[in-house]
Amino acid sequence: MTAIDRPQDVVGHEHEEGSFLDNRGLGFWGTIWDWASTVDHKKIGLMYLTAVLLMFFLGGVAGLAVRIELMEPMRMAETIGEDGTPTVELQGVAIDFGSEQTAEDGTKYWSFESTRESASTTYNRLFTIHGAVMVFLFIIPSIPAALGNFLLPLMLGAKDVAFPKLNLFSWYIYLTGATIAVVSLVLMGTDTGWTFYTPYSIQTDADYYRVFLMILAAFVLGFSSILTGLNFIVTVHKLRAPGMGWFDMPLFVWAIYATSIIQVLATPVIGITLLLLIFERLFRVGIFDASMGGDPVLYQHFFWFYSHPVVYVMILPAMGIISELLAVHSRKHIFGYRAIAFSSLGIAGVSFLVWGHHMFTAMGELASAVFSALTFLVAIPTAIKVFNWIATLYKGSIAINTPMLYALAFLFLFSIGGLTGLPLGALATDLHLHDSYFVVAHFHYVMMGGTVIAFIGGLHHWWPKMFGKMYNEKVGMFACVLVFIGFNTTFFTQFILGTQGMPRRYASYVDEFQLLHQISTVGSWLLAIGFLIHLGNFLHSLIAGPKAPPNPWGGLSLEWEAESPPTAHNFHHEPLVKHGPYDFESVVPPHCSEEEFPLPKSVS
Amino acid sequence: MTTMETKTGGKSMPWESYHHEPHWRSASDEFDAAKLGMWLFLTTEVLLFAGIFCAYAIFRMLYPEAFANGSALLDVKFGFINTVVLLVSSFTVAMAVRCAQLNQQFWLKVNIYITLFCAALFVFIKFTFEYIPKWSEGKRPGAFFDYPFAHHPAEPLWWAVYYCGTGIHALHVLIGAGLLTWVLVRAHKGIYGPKNYTMVETSALYWHLVDLVWIFLFPLLYLIH
Ligand code: HEM
Ligand SMILES: [Cu+2]
Repeated sequence: MTAIDRPQDVVGHEHEEGSFLDNRGLGFWGTIWDWASTVDHKKIGLMYLTAVLLMFFLGGVAGLAVRIELMEPMRMAETIGEDGTPTVELQGVAIDFGSEQTAEDGTKYWSFESTRESASTTYNRLFTIHGAVMVFLFIIPSIPAALGNFLLPLMLGAKDVAFPKLNLFSWYIYLTGATIAVVSLVLMGTDTGWTFYTPYSIQTDADYYRVFLMILAAFVLGFSSILTGLNFIVTVHKLRAPGMGWFDMPLFVWAIYATSIIQVLATPVIGITLLLLIFERLFRVGIFDASMGGDPVLYQHFFWFYSHPVVYVMILPAMGIISELLAVHSRKHIFGYRAIAFSSLGIAGVSFLVWGHHMFTAMGELASAVFSALTFLVAIPTAIKVFNWIATLYKGSIAINTPMLYALAFLFLFSIGGLTGLPLGALATDLHLHDSYFVVAHFHYVMMGGTVIAFIGGLHHWWPKMFGKMYNEKVGMFACVLVFIGFNTTFFTQFILGTQGMPRRYASYVDEFQLLHQISTVGSWLLAIGFLIHLGNFLHSLIAGPKAPPNPWGGLSLEWEAESPPTAHNFHHEPLVKHGPYDFESVVPPHCSEEEFPLPKSVS
Repeated sequence: MTTMETKTGGKSMPWESYHHEPHWRSASDEFDAAKLGMWLFLTTEVLLFAGIFCAYAIFRMLYPEAFANGSALLDVKFGFINTVVLLVSSFTVAMAVRCAQLNQQFWLKVNIYITLFCAALFVFIKFTFEYIPKWSEGKRPGAFFDYPFAHHPAEPLWWAVYYCGTGIHALHVLIGAGLLTWVLVRAHKGIYGPKNYTMVETSALYWHLVDLVWIFLFPLLYLIH
């Protein structure tokens, strides 16, 4: 280090600086406080990552429980004994109801119906926990808040996000929301479904605090989402490294940017909706209550005005990850950079115009037809992306590793998910498919087959960067295959069930559906095993994984110029951008030699 | 007085040594970013209130008589006074920004004081002359409605829209006032001046939004019958 105080020194020459993960001799509590009060986007990203994975686990357990319940239909057998006492068997197990009950008006009855009811209520609570945790606590913050926080500044060549303190603040808002949700779950959860449709959500559970808490949690989490989105938009506008124009940004950044726009524009609407719902629940103000002249369908409009765009909050970042994975691991310039970038914005725009397709059965014909037509529009920018990704692979030198396998799995599964959205968007077919397992299968193909798959793929891709350790490639690939098989077993069957008429959100079904339900449940176990293997692989890598080089995949975007894991201020020098993020044909990747990542010999 | 000190330049004020956060390349980048951030936040606030306006429009279309009856029960006088109060406060907060830019420390604080006074006055008028009398007469939202002279079954709904809309707005008045109080405390420490007035400007922007929402609420609720 020189003692001369030049202005550049503020930015550069921090060679002796260690990784941001280094324990700086703070002791246990010191380290905890260091993390709890950090404004470093990398640490905040890792905290989000931990929380989000925990929520994935929690939601996953609830999901597995739902599937187990569906192994068999609820078979009730009622026999009247000689003395006139009914015996009731549920699933072959006799149920003891004690004695006859007397209702308020004096009539006598046996309360077996209520047992069936309480079994179904438990089921309803389970799928609500599953849905609400997965949507509000896992998938919405997953890629943007965890990977986005970690990578966005690195990819832009910045030292941090625009407002580091605000970033920490939104992490604490997330924690608050998560805590409220968990409290509501510990108190037995709610049975409204993640959509909280009125009038049910304002009537169910006389001791209403759980429903109230759950809605409050979603409301609070919305703030976190808004502030993160706002932070990212400003970061992209104002903190690009010198030399980086808008079209030199990696596509992941474009995707996060488009996502953030949706978060900022759509989330306030769910904010006011949930606020009014809270008023409704606590004070019976009547806005959504038909018995007071209010309008439950208005609630649905408000809800989907947010919740449709939010499905693109889930999928756009995933699409961004796929653009990175495919280009880097096939060493090809991404095909149609601008088309992919603009289609992200296009999707963001169109996503605000299609909410009505969730409520065709609650609207007039004209409105339905218009929403149906607009829904088809979404398919265009989506298809543009898929074609560009496939064209990127063409003649690339494709590496077969975990991130690439996940990217390929994404292409396959997301295409199925997107294409099955079209029959749901078409009026004639949706009347049959609405509220059936077909819808369940559709959104799992896009949310799980799309977002979760991309998230795990991206996690493998950037794992070395985040922790400075390599994971075991063979184990990763094996688990990926298992997840792929398990996923299709679980959810493809549900398409068939749906077309045959199995409704969603039912605890029981007719015997004809049993085989498909059982296959689906077994699939969910494969899926769970696959994820657990990934978890083991990651933990093993943290403890005993070989040290990762700064640029294991030969990537060209700026995060690969940083160390693995990056130093506290990300870069030794403020990077100066001289090449695009996908110029694999002409640039030797940073920290790499030409032998490792040869440039193409012939440029004809 | 602080003004004197700065005029003479004898003692340096905290704002003079302001340095931008290390992750920014320049103070002007930092300033622009803060403003962009605030504008984005204001967008979210507008969208939040859009929900209320939307509910208003729909129920007004469904039950025009109920809304006309309800609106006739509001006192335009108080709505109007409050409009003036907020407009004045918007002016003073804008002046506060200008004073910070010109290093008029004394007037910076005076303007914020007036703004805060207006905020308090607004809330005071809202409660003592509107909410409390109306509530005690039974003009309440939804299930609480207990007004014997209602002509239309949907009148509770009108009051629901009225209380939700103005209530959420009043909450924003309080949040804005809180923000400005914080600015005021820091202004007393001499933190704001020509080299650093970001917080003054962004809080003022927020305050203008609070004013703006009222400018829409006032005619919709009080003037249109
Ligand atoms: C090509 C694009 C897509 C189209 C045309 C489409 C269309 C639809 C339609 C029409 C429905 C309503 C079906 C019904 O209830 O009858 C629906 C439901 C749903 N879609 Fe999609 N979708 C698309 C992509 C996505 C993506 C990317 C996601 C999420 C990442 C997603 C998540 C969902 C969810 C969660 C539901 C069910 C919501 C509920 O009722 O609980 N969709 N989709
Ligand atoms: Cu939708």
